[in-house]
Amino acid sequence: MSGDRVIFEESVPGRSNSQHAPTPTGACDLPQDFLRAVPPPLPEVSELEVVRHYTQLSQKNFSVDTQFYPLGSCTMKYNPRVCNSLAMLPGFLSRHPLEPVETGQGLLATLYELQEMLAEVSGMAGVSLTPMAGAQGEFAGIEMIRAYHHNNGDVDRVEMLVPDAAHGTNPATAALCGFRVREIATDENGDLDLASLKEAVGPQTAGLMLTNPSTLGVFERRVEEVIAIVHEVGGLLYYDGANLNAITGRTRPGDMGFDAIHINVHKTFSTPHGGGGPGAGPVGVSERLKPFLPTPIVTCYDSEDIKKYRWLSGINTPHSIGQLSGFMGNIGVLLRAYVYLRMLGGQGMRRVADHATLNANYLLAKLTAAGFTVAFPNRRASHEFILTLKPEADNYSVTALDFAKRLLDYGFYAPTIYFPMLVPECMLIEPTETESKGELDRFVDAMVAIRNEAIEDPRLVKGAPHNIPLSGAGVGRLDETQAARKPDLKWNEE
Amino acid sequence: MPFIPHTPQDVETMLATIGVSGIDDLFSEIPANIRCEPPKLLPPLNEMEISRLMTQRAALDGGKLGFLGAGAYEHHIPAAVWQITTRGEYYSSYTPYQAEASQGTLQVLYEFQSMISGLTAMEVANASLYDGASGTAEAVLMAVRCSRKKANRIAIPTTVNPVTIATIRALVSQQGIELIEMLCTEEDGRVDTETLAQYNDEDITAIIIPQPNFFGQLEDVDIITDWAHSVGALVIGMVNPMALGILKPPGEWGSQGADIACGEGQPLGIPLSSGGPYFGFLACQKKWLRQLPGRIVGRTQDRSGKRGFVLTMQTREQHIRRSKATSNICTNQGLMTVAATIYMAIMGPKGLANVAYACHENSRQLLDVLTAIPGVERLHKGHFFHEFVLKLELPVKDVLQELLDRGIVGGLALAENYLLVCATETKTKEDIDSYGAVLADIMGRSES
Repeated sequence: MSGDRVIFEESVPGRSNSQHAPTPTGACDLPQDFLRAVPPPLPEVSELEVVRHYTQLSQKNFSVDTQFYPLGSCTMKYNPRVCNSLAMLPGFLSRHPLEPVETGQGLLATLYELQEMLAEVSGMAGVSLTPMAGAQGEFAGIEMIRAYHHNNGDVDRVEMLVPDAAHGTNPATAALCGFRVREIATDENGDLDLASLKEAVGPQTAGLMLTNPSTLGVFERRVEEVIAIVHEVGGLLYYDGANLNAITGRTRPGDMGFDAIHINVHKTFSTPHGGGGPGAGPVGVSERLKPFLPTPIVTCYDSEDIKKYRWLSGINTPHSIGQLSGFMGNIGVLLRAYVYLRMLGGQGMRRVADHATLNANYLLAKLTAAGFTVAFPNRRASHEFILTLKPEADNYSVTALDFAKRLLDYGFYAPTIYFPMLVPECMLIEPTETESKGELDRFVDAMVAIRNEAIEDPRLVKGAPHNIPLSGAGVGRLDETQAARKPDLKWNEE
Repeated sequence: MPFIPHTPQDVETMLATIGVSGIDDLFSEIPANIRCEPPKLLPPLNEMEISRLMTQRAALDGGKLGFLGAGAYEHHIPAAVWQITTRGEYYSSYTPYQAEASQGTLQVLYEFQSMISGLTAMEVANASLYDGASGTAEAVLMAVRCSRKKANRIAIPTTVNPVTIATIRALVSQQGIELIEMLCTEEDGRVDTETLAQYNDEDITAIIIPQPNFFGQLEDVDIITDWAHSVGALVIGMVNPMALGILKPPGEWGSQGADIACGEGQPLGIPLSSGGPYFGFLACQKKWLRQLPGRIVGRTQDRSGKRGFVLTMQTREQHIRRSKATSNICTNQGLMTVAATIYMAIMGPKGLANVAYACHENSRQLLDVLTAIPGVERLHKGHFFHEFVLKLELPVKDVLQELLDRGIVGGLALAENYLLVCATETKTKEDIDSYGAVLADIMGRSES
């Protein structure tokens, strides 16, 4: 099968697809000094071989379209097909980014309305759509906080506070923005430890980065107090929107008192994850941070009673933290988010949080009843929750990793494991609102079956996966240590 | 309910299992005074209605005869590229944490890294970054980590795309990095190799060499690379991957080759899409591997010795190293690399070279047609690739507006009288003649 080889192994010298390449008519006038001595070492294969190869490779992936994908913190919900087909209409696809706005009024109207809708859903005063991903949204947010302080002559705020349970991007972003990172502890119920926070804040505090519901899958109940403590010392509050899917239409970061947020549209607004991107990470801000938003931003004006749209950047935005990419952001992703939002409307956004939370709490209740151990048993789950498989590890020597690999054999993508690091042998499970009760029940059955296997034949679980239900022969557990020790990062003729 | 499968009966059963009486109870931990009503959005549309709205809007956009480049380029994309790329298994999967159930994405990324390494003649490549401009900023940060020099001084010629420079500035501003502007010669719009020596004592950490540069001009990459290495500076080659079908790859510049290669991947099968999503690529010599940011895929084997692929070198990344990571980046532009890999596989070495040659020929033809018009001349001397700067006797802004009124997007205004123009393989002789005729008309009318 072609998919078991790499494309280079299919290559036959001299094979080409002339249906796609024009034939040059004359000799090239460029001097040899500028030219490559040998052609690039790309494979020489027919179009059919390419189509067959990459179709077969696709069949070696689990995906939302083919399997339940309860990857905690990632919101792997259904990506409506219509969002893709409408974002790929020729008018949108063929337009060059530097064309005058006259040729992009359809797109700009759409982006403007998306800005407005995201501001309304998040409760923020202003939105910029341009960040390319959640991590770049974080960068924009923290950079705006830095710019705000500096603009006030407040240059000694050198410290960014980050909960110990935060995503790794939070401290990495704070460091990239030049801040010293200070971690804040979490208490035994999963809330931020207020004593630790009070001890940490001071005139050096630039701000606090918070995910709410937190990475522990619970709502930060004292969020208003947390915000007051940080605001009290002049710091600003950053909201990591990773878990926004849990609260849309129920509460808003703006109402909680946050100053800057990013939104992962590839989570909450159902744009595809694409095997790891492209995402988009629009940022929202409170009134005082509006002048610092990254550019460009879409603005609207009336011209002879017709709404016209244009980009705002450069001299019109003198305090902006600037442009974060070559053009205007991941436009195609934003179009998909717009289609999704327009199809759901305001009530639909509440239904998202309601059913995501319902599914998580239902799954939690069933797994608890089946004897699994919950990390925070006294708490209501948000749209996700954490199991700890420490009892299973202690009793049967079967780890969270083993459970995860065995789940693949049962036809489920594995939940997030070993994050957050605070909980031993943890499994962070996020079912999302688009899964049915029947699918959740089957997942519980699989978890119970694997625990039975762990009791009766632990080697079976420890050796998983054995027969992942994918077309073609799958692979068994892969040796990551060897991969890191002797990196083989590109194909070489052997 | 759109995209939600629950029947009222399901909801009732599930609430009973949880032990609550209603969905509101599930949100009891949210303090009462920060709860909200559903957001006030535009009324919801069904699939038929949203399809009509978006079709109307898309019909307003694009559709002009375009001669714009400046960092994003119109190329023919084989139909197979996006039909395969948007298969649900690629489209709706995530970062391949569970390697055994993600071999499709992982092997594509491995093939992508192999192709980018080959195209740039560098030893290793990552699995992509957001785009060319932000990727170049990552290359700058990487060069600073690689260098042992104390001062972090990056030389950037004024022949680099100004938006790329602005992006670098925005992204690295807090890392104590100084950006040093290197002036180019006015006559040929390139780095002046005669005056490189004046930067000998500037203690430069790295230099960015664009090829082709922002004006389409070809830089003397060999001379600049050798000079940079002679003063202990690293070389970051910022290249157009399509041009590498025929141009000398960064890995072969000068006597030692560039240290890092980066660029905008859009020409490799990605639609213009008003600016994104595109992808950036980043490659380097093996000795700098530990400083390479972003996802990297490696080949390994399973317990029975069967070949497989995994994410590797993860100890560089944010989810492990947190504030000490090489970058805060988590994702790559996964789906875009699938498209680019399929594009490169279909085109092959010959196809890619032929597209590059055709671009070059068309742009030479366009140059001949346009500079035959009185009041239009080429600004620079020397060799260029598929893009060049014209000097017009009329204000470019007015000319572009008139062209647009007649269905032509004529290029990018660089200054009052300077126009950056591009022609790729997509332009026919008729397209080029039509641009020439309309521009001649505009220029001629002003003279009379």
